[in-house]
Amino acid sequence: MKTIQELHQIRERKRKELDLRVNTKSDTREKHILVCQGTGCTSSKSPEILETFKRLIKENGIENVRVIKTGCFGLCAKGPIVIIRPEDTFYAMVKPEDCEEIIKTHIMEGNQVERLLAKDIDGTKVHSLDDLNFYKKQKRIALKNCGMIDPEQIDEYIAFDGYLALEKVVTEMSQDEVIEEIKKSGIRGRGGAGFPTGKKWELTKASEGEQKYVVCNADEGDPGAFMDRSILEGDPHSVLEAMEIAGYCIGANKGYIYVRAEYPIAVKRLQIAIDQAREYGILGKNIFDTNFDFDIEIRLGAGAFVCGEETALLESIEGKRGQPRVKPPYPATAGLWGKPTLINNVETYANIAQIILKGSEWYSSIGTEHSKGTKVFALGGNVNNIGLVEVPMGTTLREIVYDIGGGIPNGRDFKAAQTGGPSGGCIPKEHLDTPIDYESLKEIGSMMGSGGLIVMDDTKCMVSLAKFYLEFTVSESCGKCTPCRIGTKRMHEILEKLCNGEGTELDIYKLEKLAMNIQKSSICGLGQSAPNPVISTLKYFKDEFKEHAIDKNCRALECKAMSKITIREDKCKGCGLCQKSCPVNAIEGEAREKRVINQEKCIKCGTCLASCPFKAIGN
Amino acid sequence: MNEEFVTLTIDDQEVKAKKGSTILQAAKQAGIDIPTLCFLKEINEVGDCRMCIVEVEGRRGFATSCIQKVEEGMVVHTNTQNVLEARHVILDLIISNHAKDCLTCTRSGNCELQALATKFNISKVEFEGTRMKHQIDDLSPSIVRDFNKCILCRRCVAVCKNVQKIGAIDCINRGFDSCISTVGDHSLNDVNCTFCGQCIEACPTGALHEKETIDEVWVKLKDPDSYVIVQTAPAVRVALGEEFDMSIGTNVTGKMVTALKRLGFNKVFDTNTGADFTIMEEANEFIQRFTNNEHLPMITSCSPGWVKYIEMNEPELLPHLSTCKSPHQMFGALLKTYYAKKEGIDPNKIYVVSVMPCIAKKFERQREEMKNDELCDVDNVITTRELSRMIKQANIEFTKLEDSEFDQPMGEATGAGAIFGTTGGVMEAALRTAQDTLTGEDLEKINFEEVRGGEAIKKATVKIAGKEIKVVATSGLANAKQILEEIKTGKADYQFVEIMACPGGCVMGGGQPIKSAKIRSEVDVRKLRADGLYSIDEKSHIRKSHQNPVVKKIYDEFLEKPGSHIAEKLLHTTYQKREKYSIET
Repeated sequence: MKTIQELHQIRERKRKELDLRVNTKSDTREKHILVCQGTGCTSSKSPEILETFKRLIKENGIENVRVIKTGCFGLCAKGPIVIIRPEDTFYAMVKPEDCEEIIKTHIMEGNQVERLLAKDIDGTKVHSLDDLNFYKKQKRIALKNCGMIDPEQIDEYIAFDGYLALEKVVTEMSQDEVIEEIKKSGIRGRGGAGFPTGKKWELTKASEGEQKYVVCNADEGDPGAFMDRSILEGDPHSVLEAMEIAGYCIGANKGYIYVRAEYPIAVKRLQIAIDQAREYGILGKNIFDTNFDFDIEIRLGAGAFVCGEETALLESIEGKRGQPRVKPPYPATAGLWGKPTLINNVETYANIAQIILKGSEWYSSIGTEHSKGTKVFALGGNVNNIGLVEVPMGTTLREIVYDIGGGIPNGRDFKAAQTGGPSGGCIPKEHLDTPIDYESLKEIGSMMGSGGLIVMDDTKCMVSLAKFYLEFTVSESCGKCTPCRIGTKRMHEILEKLCNGEGTELDIYKLEKLAMNIQKSSICGLGQSAPNPVISTLKYFKDEFKEHAIDKNCRALECKAMSKITIREDKCKGCGLCQKSCPVNAIEGEAREKRVINQEKCIKCGTCLASCPFKAIGN
Repeated sequence: MNEEFVTLTIDDQEVKAKKGSTILQAAKQAGIDIPTLCFLKEINEVGDCRMCIVEVEGRRGFATSCIQKVEEGMVVHTNTQNVLEARHVILDLIISNHAKDCLTCTRSGNCELQALATKFNISKVEFEGTRMKHQIDDLSPSIVRDFNKCILCRRCVAVCKNVQKIGAIDCINRGFDSCISTVGDHSLNDVNCTFCGQCIEACPTGALHEKETIDEVWVKLKDPDSYVIVQTAPAVRVALGEEFDMSIGTNVTGKMVTALKRLGFNKVFDTNTGADFTIMEEANEFIQRFTNNEHLPMITSCSPGWVKYIEMNEPELLPHLSTCKSPHQMFGALLKTYYAKKEGIDPNKIYVVSVMPCIAKKFERQREEMKNDELCDVDNVITTRELSRMIKQANIEFTKLEDSEFDQPMGEATGAGAIFGTTGGVMEAALRTAQDTLTGEDLEKINFEEVRGGEAIKKATVKIAGKEIKVVATSGLANAKQILEEIKTGKADYQFVEIMACPGGCVMGGGQPIKSAKIRSEVDVRKLRADGLYSIDEKSHIRKSHQNPVVKKIYDEFLEKPGSHIAEKLLHTTYQKREKYSIET
C-alpha cells in the first residue's frame, strides 16, 4: 500500500530518472536502450535481442546503460526496433547478432551504426526517430506511453503522470463533474460505432442498481487490426486507470477486461499491471483514502469474432456460448448478469486519463466538428510503412497512405482502402481526400470501425476482396439468427460463383438483395455489418462485378478461373526467359522462336509475366 | 391514464397495451398478425429466426416484435414493403437449407415452416445453395433426430434446458455449421436424455419425431398366428380427435375403439383398467410404508421419463420410488398370464400394443425388468400420433365413426383410472382408494381439488382415518428436481409424491398431437385435455379403483391380494442406477 504522498514521491523521483526518454538534451550520463517487445517484434526475436544487450553490458562492465523492454513503437515494418535515448537513434530490423556492434560502436565509441539506421521511403538514412516522415503527422494520445515506458513497471507509468487523473477524480471531482468533462471532450467510442462515451457513462450512471460493472472490450477481432493489443502490451495501466475512473463515475466497484487468449503478451502484462496496482493500493479498497473500492479481473476469450459484439461478450463473460442478445435493453440498463454495465473499448479508455489531466477543451480542440481527438489505425496491405499510426481525426486518407504510410510499394497505383475490416467498406481513389471521421466515412459507405486500414493496389480484384471478407464473416457468424447464419453463406457462394466465372447478372442482383436484407434484419452488429464490404465494392466497383458476370473477365488477374495468360506475338522476341521461369512447363516453342502458352497446362501463377523483359505477356 | 397501460400505434391503429407486453402481443390484441417461427410462448422468446421483425419509427434496423416491449407513443409498422421483403428473404433462406421432402415427412400438414411457406406463397427458392447434411440419429428407442429438417429455432433446446432442466441438447459449432446436438455430438441414446419428448412437441418441423413402429403393428395384424391386443392410455382419448381436426380435449373414446376394431385388433382393451390395478398396488404399498414409516415420501413411478431421470440423476433416492410398474405394463403382464390362461390362448402368440401419449414408454417397454418368463409385458408402444396415422392409412373417416365399447372383460375401468392422464390424477385416484382402505368405509369424498389444476407444484394435506397425510403432485422435470432437492436436504415433510415427467402430465406427453406455437399461445391445451378426462371421471358410474368389478374378480381368481407374491412378480419392478453418459472415451 502506498499513500498519496508516497506515490507523489515515486512520481517525482522516477520522472527525473526517466527524463532522457523524452528529452534529447537531457542532462544525464545515462543511456537507455529501448527494445520493442510488442507481438510483432517479439516474433522476430526481439526478446533475444533484449537478453543479448543485457549480457553484453554485463560482460563489458558498462555502467550507466540500461536495457528497457517497451511496447510497440508503431513502425512494425521496420521491426525489430531498437531505440537509444536520449539521442533518439532509431535502429531498424535489428538482429540478435547486431547487438555486439551496437554496443561497441554506439555505446562504447559513441558513433551511430550507420548500416542499421532506419531509412525513410526515399532511401535517406534517418538519425533520429522524430525525423521519420512516419511520425511527423502523427499525434500520440492513446499511444502516448507505448514504446516509451516499460509496461511491466508501474513506477514508469506513474512517472509520466500515471494515476494522477484517478487521484484527481476520486479526491476532487464529483461523478457528474467527471462525466460532464468526458461529454465536453466529445470523445466517441473507438470500438467502431462511435457512440458518445460521456453519454454512455451518463446513461449507465443513471441506471438504477446496487451492483454495476465496468467492462473493457479487448476482444479485438478485425483481421489485420492490432491497436488494442499494442496499447495493452505497451501501456496496460492506462486502461486500468480509465476503468477505475469509469467505475467511480457510474458507481461500480468491479471491472472485467475481456481479452482474447491469442494475445498472451497483453494478458501477461495486464495481469502484472493489475497485481502491481493492487500492491500499491490503487486497485482494491479505499482507493486514495476515499471510500471508493474497485477491482479488476481478466476474462479470456477463445477468439470468436462475435464476442467483440458487446452483448455476446457479456454472455461469454457469464460463461455462456458467445451469442448476441437482442437490444434493447442495452448493457447500460441490463448488462452483465442483468446489471447495469458500462462497456468501452481499450482505445477509448486509453484516452480518458489524458482528457482528465489536460482538460476537455484541449481534447476537443483536436479533430473535426463531430469527431474529436485522435484515432489509431493499424495500417496494412499494399503500403510501405506497415504499422500502427495515431492521427488527429480529420486527417485525410491520402495523408495516411502517402505521407505516413510512404505510399504504395513497387510503383503501383492505389486502388482502394478498406476501413473497419469485415464490418467496414472500401474507399476508392476518388475519396482519398476525405477527412477521416465517423460521419464522412459513413457517408462514403465505409465506417471507422475499430481501426483496421488495409490499402490495396491495382493488382487487387474487388470481387475477390468482397469474397475474402465474406469468408471471414461466414466462419465467424455465431449462427444464432437466420440472415447472418444462412444469408452470409449464400452471399459468399454467389461471390465464389462470380470469381469462378460462373456468375450471371442475376447473381449481382441477388447479392444486392441479400446484402440489403441481411443488413437490416440481423440481430447484432456482426450480421448487420457483414454485407458492408459487398455493398461498398458494389457501389464503387460495380463494373468489375459486371465484367466477372458478363465478360468472364477479372481485370486484376486475381480470379484465376477467368484469367487467360497469353503471349503477344508482335512483342515476343523469342528469348525463352518465360519458358525457363514456368514452373509447369506450360510454355512451348523452340529456341529463338516465338513462344506460346499451352492453356491446358497453365496454372495462371503469373511467374512468366514478371520474367518477360519485353512486356509481351498479358491477359 | 392508467399507469399499467401504454398507448402505441400499430399500422395506423391506436392500441392500448399492457405495460411490459411485447409488440407481438399488442399486435395480436389489435387483430394484427405477425408471423413467428422460433417463438414459443414463455419457453423460447429469443428472436433468433427474425420472422417477426417489424419497423419501429425512429429506430435503426428492424425491431424484434416477439421480445421487444411496447413503449408509450411507439409507432409500429408490421407490413411495409421493407418488412415484407425482409421476411420473404429470411423464409427463403431457411427453406434453402431445409430438406424439403414434405411429401414423406411426418409433419406434413402440421408443420409451421410449411404453413409459412404456403402463407408467403413461396413457389421457388430464390437463394438456393449448399445444404447442411447430417446423419439421422435414430439409435434411441424413442426419438429420431433429423437435422436436415432443423431450422435452428432452438425451441427444443429451450424446453430441454429451461423447462425440463435437463440440457441434453444445445447448439454446437458456429455459423452455417451450427446445429443442435448433444455433448460430444453423441446419439441421444447415449446421453442424459430422459426421452420425455417435450422437444418433439416444441419442434415446428419434422426435425424431431418419435421412433415410429407402426409397420410392425401392421405386420402382426396381418399375421393369422398372432393374437393382437391393443390397450389405450387415458390421455389418448382426449387428444386423438385433434389429429382429425376435432376440438382440443374432445373425448373420442367411442370412435377410437371403433377405429381400433376396424384396424383389425383382436381385442381392444383399456389401460384405465391397468391403472386401477396400479392404484390397488400403489395404495397398498403406500399404506405399508406409511404405517411402517419407511422410505417416505413414496414417489409414483408411472412416468417412464421420470423414472429414467431419477435413475440417472439421483439413484440414491430410488428406494423412494414406488415399485409398481406403470399401468400399461401391469396390464400387459396380466394379459399374457391371467387373460391368456382364461381364454386358452398361447401367451407366445399374444402381441400387446399400447397406444400411449408418451415416447418414453417405447423405452420402458423394452427394459429387462419389464419381462415375465422371457416374455415382454408389452410388445409395441405407439403414440397417439402414430395411431392417427394408422387410422389415416386405413382410410377410415374417423369423425364419422359410430361409438363402440371396449371389449370385455378387460375393458371395464373406473373414473379413477381415467384421471391418471393428468397431473394430480394418480394422487387423487390413490387417495380415493387409500381413504376407503384405511377407514374400511365407502367414503363420499371423491374429488381432491387440491391436487388438480395447472400449478407447478400442488401441495395438500388430507385427513384420513384421523391421520394427516401430506401429499405433493407435480409435473415437469424442473419441478421434480426441486422436490428431490427437498427430499435430499430433509426439508420434505410430505409422505406421498406424484411426479410426471411432462409438464401437465400425460395429456401433454411427448406422443400427443403437436400443437403449433400459435395455438399454444392462444389456448391452454393442458386444461382442455385435462377437463376432458375429469369429465369422463364425473360421468363414470364407478370412480374408485377398488370398486372395479374386474379388478375385484382378478384379485379373487388370480392375484389374491395387493402385494401378494404373484402380484409382486407380475405388477412390480426394480430400478437401476444408470449412467448419464454411456459414452466410451
